[in-house]
Amino acid sequence: MAVYINRQTRLIVQGLTGREGTFHAKAAQAYHTNVVGGVTPGKGGTTHEGWPVFNTVADAVKATGANATVIFVPPPGGADAVMEAADAGLPLAVCITEGIPTIDMMRAMTVVRARKMTLIGPNCPGLITAGQGKAGIIPGNICKPGRVGVVSKSGTLTYEAIHQLTALGLGQTTCIGIGGDPLIGTSFIDALGQFAADPETEAVVMIGEIGGSAEEEAAAFIKASFKKPVVGFIAGQTAPPGRRMGHAGAIIAGGKGTAAEKMAALTAAGVRVVKSPADIGRAVADALGSR
Amino acid sequence: MKIHEYQGKEILKKYGVAVPRGEVAFTTGEARAIAERLGGGVVVVKAQIHAGGRGKGGGVKVVKSAAEAETAAKALLGMKLVTYQTGPEGSIVGRVLVEEGLQIARELYLGIVIDRSTEMPVVMVSQEGGVEIEKVAHETPERIFKAFVNPALGLQPYQARQLAFSLGLTGDQIGKAVRMMTALYQAFVSTDASLLEINPLIVTGAGDLLALDAKLTFDDNALYRHADIKELRDVSEEAPLEVEASKFSLNYIKLDGTIGCMVNGAGLAMATMDIIKLAGGEPANFLDVGGGANAEQIKNAFRILMSDKSVKAVLINIFGGILRCDVLAQGVIEAVKDLGVPVPIVIRMEGTNVELGKKMLKESGLNFTTADSMGEAAEKVVAVGSSR
Repeated sequence: MAVYINRQTRLIVQGLTGREGTFHAKAAQAYHTNVVGGVTPGKGGTTHEGWPVFNTVADAVKATGANATVIFVPPPGGADAVMEAADAGLPLAVCITEGIPTIDMMRAMTVVRARKMTLIGPNCPGLITAGQGKAGIIPGNICKPGRVGVVSKSGTLTYEAIHQLTALGLGQTTCIGIGGDPLIGTSFIDALGQFAADPETEAVVMIGEIGGSAEEEAAAFIKASFKKPVVGFIAGQTAPPGRRMGHAGAIIAGGKGTAAEKMAALTAAGVRVVKSPADIGRAVADALGSR
Repeated sequence: MKIHEYQGKEILKKYGVAVPRGEVAFTTGEARAIAERLGGGVVVVKAQIHAGGRGKGGGVKVVKSAAEAETAAKALLGMKLVTYQTGPEGSIVGRVLVEEGLQIARELYLGIVIDRSTEMPVVMVSQEGGVEIEKVAHETPERIFKAFVNPALGLQPYQARQLAFSLGLTGDQIGKAVRMMTALYQAFVSTDASLLEINPLIVTGAGDLLALDAKLTFDDNALYRHADIKELRDVSEEAPLEVEASKFSLNYIKLDGTIGCMVNGAGLAMATMDIIKLAGGEPANFLDVGGGANAEQIKNAFRILMSDKSVKAVLINIFGGILRCDVLAQGVIEAVKDLGVPVPIVIRMEGTNVELGKKMLKESGLNFTTADSMGEAAEKVVAVGSSR
């Protein structure tokens, strides 16, 4: 079980022959993932580190039966790579690329939505299902198969949460980094919907940050229909308004998108909101202990 | 990236948007010459800083002659302009826009942004121009009219017409407004803007529509394909340390506290600021060294951190995924040896090669405080920082 990625996943890597693509393809394979090939335009027909390389995603899908892709293409071609994956009929794409222009992504989204492809990211650490496989850059060695789903806008802060869950022996089902860009393929709500249907996931950690209204929308969804315990943390409680805090989407604009608003919305929805990122793991243990 | 009003108007002009006649002046003499070229009558002298709220802050002067324009420019150039957006430290005025005075019949508002939930550009208009639009949105949201634009199709004439009618425009103003909105939308997408705001968009006594102000912000991720826009960057508007940090791909934002922090990843960096505050301290900065930082970058990060003299202690919080803890340790050790960091350093690291990293720190003979968790690290750094 678990969500989005498991032992049945057949993964291709767009941008396989690049430094990042190669490094993380190897790491994914070392973490039990079935990596079946890669795509680098112009290098079709060659092999790279033992994997077949294709010119197009369509060719790769046809030859390998791939059902997922992870994208490590530089930013100018990032949105194009996403559209190519959608057009090839892949059900799942994970886009790690940071720095894709928003207008490119906006256009790519029309294809993603029309094709009903699940897109994780862009500008995200990707997906990992503890003990089963990964698509992205989340380190496998900090995960442990267990009971908790993690969904987060952040990268390293996600690792922190995973680390706490592992240290407390709770472990994880699937960890999903949805990314910190203004436009992303998979929202908190989409991920929560998946976790709701996954019997192995007993509780969820949700990590948001300032900017936008995705956390408030998730709060409404949780209040209306999500039954499992949720522990929430919002990064940026001390962030000044009007400043972009690293992620393109992380900005308090026009007095909107503050951590305080998001924490209040989540608390009102029954989420156990922790003020300190150091308390995430313990709060999950409490939530599961009281069931 | 932000640009000045006069630069924004230059760009809009290229897309066929009507703007008042005017030019930028860096000196009082230039201001006078421009006013003379504009006919020597009523002109407006406007301070050019990136922050909004200039009118209320005293940065806009309406004068009746070229001589008065010179006097106005003299008062504005070099002035420290404080507005609700600059904060109390204000912003120094280095240039002024000298523009023809116009008869204003109506002040309207137009803004374009990308709406996150619909994944579309949204064109927003309101009859309440000339005031803070956030206030209108908050108090009377029904007075803001929106058109969501299919990115594949662009702004359609019927959408622009609907907006024009909702602005209460009539007669040939409708056609003028449709042409203007179409041009503004075109400018927005073609320049990879993240915000385009005309406040106010005016109707003159003669019934013409002009952009009296222009605020354009661009998507930093797209600047690589807009060399002309990149050139418009005015680094004097940015904090010097932030400019310095950007040269090394470090993401640094100065804050008001005393605890410096160095973190990898934006979310973890914000969370580290939060936990410092919870432990009773105040963060001195946001600093994300990025996922793939090397020893050299760590050193530069230290140099930038330590240029802020209010820093009394430093917290390094690294969760090593791609960035290995041994690489971090090496960078920190080199930086401290080379730069002679005079404040206590608390290091918390976790992840790839953490044992090796800790061993290197211990064997360096330098005086580091280490911590095993974020909570412990925050308490330790606040304790050593406040005892100084």
